[in-house]
Amino acid sequence: MSDVKDTSTAAERGAALPAQSPPVDPAETAAAGEKAAAGGRLSWWHGDAGEGARRNLALIGVLVALIVIGALTRSDLYSNPDWVWDNVLSILKLASVVGVVTVGMTFVIIGGGIDLSVGAIVALAGVWCTTVATQSYGAGGMIFSALTVGLAVGLVNGLLISYGRLVPFIATLAMLVAARGLAAEISDKQTQVSDNNFINGLASNSLLGVPLLVYILAAVVAAGWVLLNRTTFGRRTVAVGGNPEAARLAGINVKRHTLLLYALSGLCCGIAAIMLTAQANSAQAAMANLYELDAIAAAIIGGTLLSGGRGTIIGSLLGVVIFATITNLFAINGLSTEAQNMVKGGIIVAAVLVQQVQFRSLTQFLNRNRLTTT
Amino acid sequence: MTQHSRDLSRRRLLFGGAAVGAGVLLAGCTSNEEQPTEAQTKAAATGGNAEPGKRVVIGFSAPAADHGWIAAITNNAKAQAAAYSDVEFKAVEAGADAAAQRAALSTLISQKPDVIVLLPHDGKELNAFGLEAMQAGIPVVNLDRAFPDAKAYRLQIKGDNYGMGVAAATYIIAQLKAKNVANPVIGEIAGMDELELTQERSKGFADTLAQAGFKVQNRRAARFTADSGQQEAAQLLQALPKIDALWNHDDDQGIGVQAAIKQANRSEFFMVGGAGSKKAIEDIQADNTVLKATVTYSPSMASSAISLARLIGQGKGMSDLVELQVPKEIILASETITKENASNYLKLGF
Repeated sequence: MSDVKDTSTAAERGAALPAQSPPVDPAETAAAGEKAAAGGRLSWWHGDAGEGARRNLALIGVLVALIVIGALTRSDLYSNPDWVWDNVLSILKLASVVGVVTVGMTFVIIGGGIDLSVGAIVALAGVWCTTVATQSYGAGGMIFSALTVGLAVGLVNGLLISYGRLVPFIATLAMLVAARGLAAEISDKQTQVSDNNFINGLASNSLLGVPLLVYILAAVVAAGWVLLNRTTFGRRTVAVGGNPEAARLAGINVKRHTLLLYALSGLCCGIAAIMLTAQANSAQAAMANLYELDAIAAAIIGGTLLSGGRGTIIGSLLGVVIFATITNLFAINGLSTEAQNMVKGGIIVAAVLVQQVQFRSLTQFLNRNRLTTT
Repeated sequence: MTQHSRDLSRRRLLFGGAAVGAGVLLAGCTSNEEQPTEAQTKAAATGGNAEPGKRVVIGFSAPAADHGWIAAITNNAKAQAAAYSDVEFKAVEAGADAAAQRAALSTLISQKPDVIVLLPHDGKELNAFGLEAMQAGIPVVNLDRAFPDAKAYRLQIKGDNYGMGVAAATYIIAQLKAKNVANPVIGEIAGMDELELTQERSKGFADTLAQAGFKVQNRRAARFTADSGQQEAAQLLQALPKIDALWNHDDDQGIGVQAAIKQANRSEFFMVGGAGSKKAIEDIQADNTVLKATVTYSPSMASSAISLARLIGQGKGMSDLVELQVPKEIILASETITKENASNYLKLGF
């Protein structure tokens, strides 16, 4: 009974707070819709609805800065338009696999969870779809097994977390270890070469000058965007992540929804496994090393709240592309991977700091000015 | 309501059936039986040292790494031990790090082996174990990753990482000189940068290139896996629009490097590999990719280590040497495999 009382007050607080206040409490973000309505006196841009757009604009600023640095340091390469186009495509190809994983991860994190097992699921699905037996069924068999393995492992994660009441961190950490172990067992620690021309062609073929991998990334991102922003599933995800108890009282089957979120993440890993296998023409148990951290980092700098209830697919995509651009920037300048990793760490901190401090105080500042001048 | 629940049960049946079907299909898909797993062993000859002698229990430990080379090390050791009727082989998996290996080794010691063959996670971290075992009277054969303390091993057998870099650079210099290329663009895709062996390989490569007045234009470090090799190679190719020669440290990650080269439609350069995998040797022999040579770092050293451990256990020396005991250090030469000699090396590929 006390639960009910708590959530109702939290919801009230969320609705009562003025629009420019920082979204500290997850409950407020659960009530984002109401808040947008309450903040009607401010323009869309300054209100909460524009929050995601403002964050994304900051990320685009970082991206442009990185490209400008690249153009200044390697003006010889950037003076060739063909090379520039090629380079953009190579950055997108580099981002494609982690990008697909990050879409699933974004859903899980918005839903209040975390999935540490994504890299391991990619490896397991990749190894499973490149065994001699699977390859004998052709491309269809390989795609089927990668997607099914990804989905099944995601379902197991989801069952353990929602119905088994395990903490997501623990359940997916266990899956990380177990799935890599199973992948090593199946592959006998060998690198399994993919001889399938259709699968390998996904990475080497282009349509209208754009690599097929980039189309797959675009399709997954578009599907993720629609699912998050235009369906009840997406609204429920935000609600469950923002305040699970309020979501339950609102009639959402929180357990089933959580289960579906991890299944979705697993399915994304299955798609990513096909893409990575295509890129490397092979699969092995050690592949997709630390992709879970790449995906989490990308989602975080994309503005996804680690405690759930807030996040955008476009922000996550920008996060992935920024990391890929950093890698590319360091590669074309012939700088070491160590320096690159240090910069990556700096970017994660900087991006979150900029979003938290600057934008919040900036909007507050702007709003205050508007109020005083009128 | 009844209508609803019937729908639900039908849906459940459908989903359940599909799940079971998918499970059965998938379970059938884990087989890898067609993959060749023949190991590199030396068939037991007759006469001399090959004659069955005193029974020797050999304890063996190598990291449970998920990398083709390490897997080949373990397979080779196992297969070579099986080739001797007087060797009993006791293997312990060394887990994921030095601490796990130390724990595994202490269980091995309690089984009282006559000789221990050990590929440590890190030679420095397991130095103390080597000393301890030697003091307890168990000879230790260190495989590939050296102990800093000379008292910690009876025999050390290892590959030549610096020599790999030298061999790769020597081949590249000869090819470029033959083509009269001035100021060549040379790329390098290294393995895991935090490992000493990677640094040694790169140093040998750079030192030798410098003697010819060449240098590495761009170097990326991958992680010995095909997918990381692909990613780093794709970026390296982007950084260097025209390349003359490329050295990739490891043939396993080379699968990804070659994929990246194919995906970028590049063929203006030649590539040298490292380690000597079966696939690389086959590609060199077929001569239809940019891979023209590879410098060896063969896991066959595990087979040799078992043979020598047996001789140590029996107190015998190597028959072609004058000395009555096995020497203390053996460093394998890094050999260069090209199209001309590829057929000789095919049986050593892993």
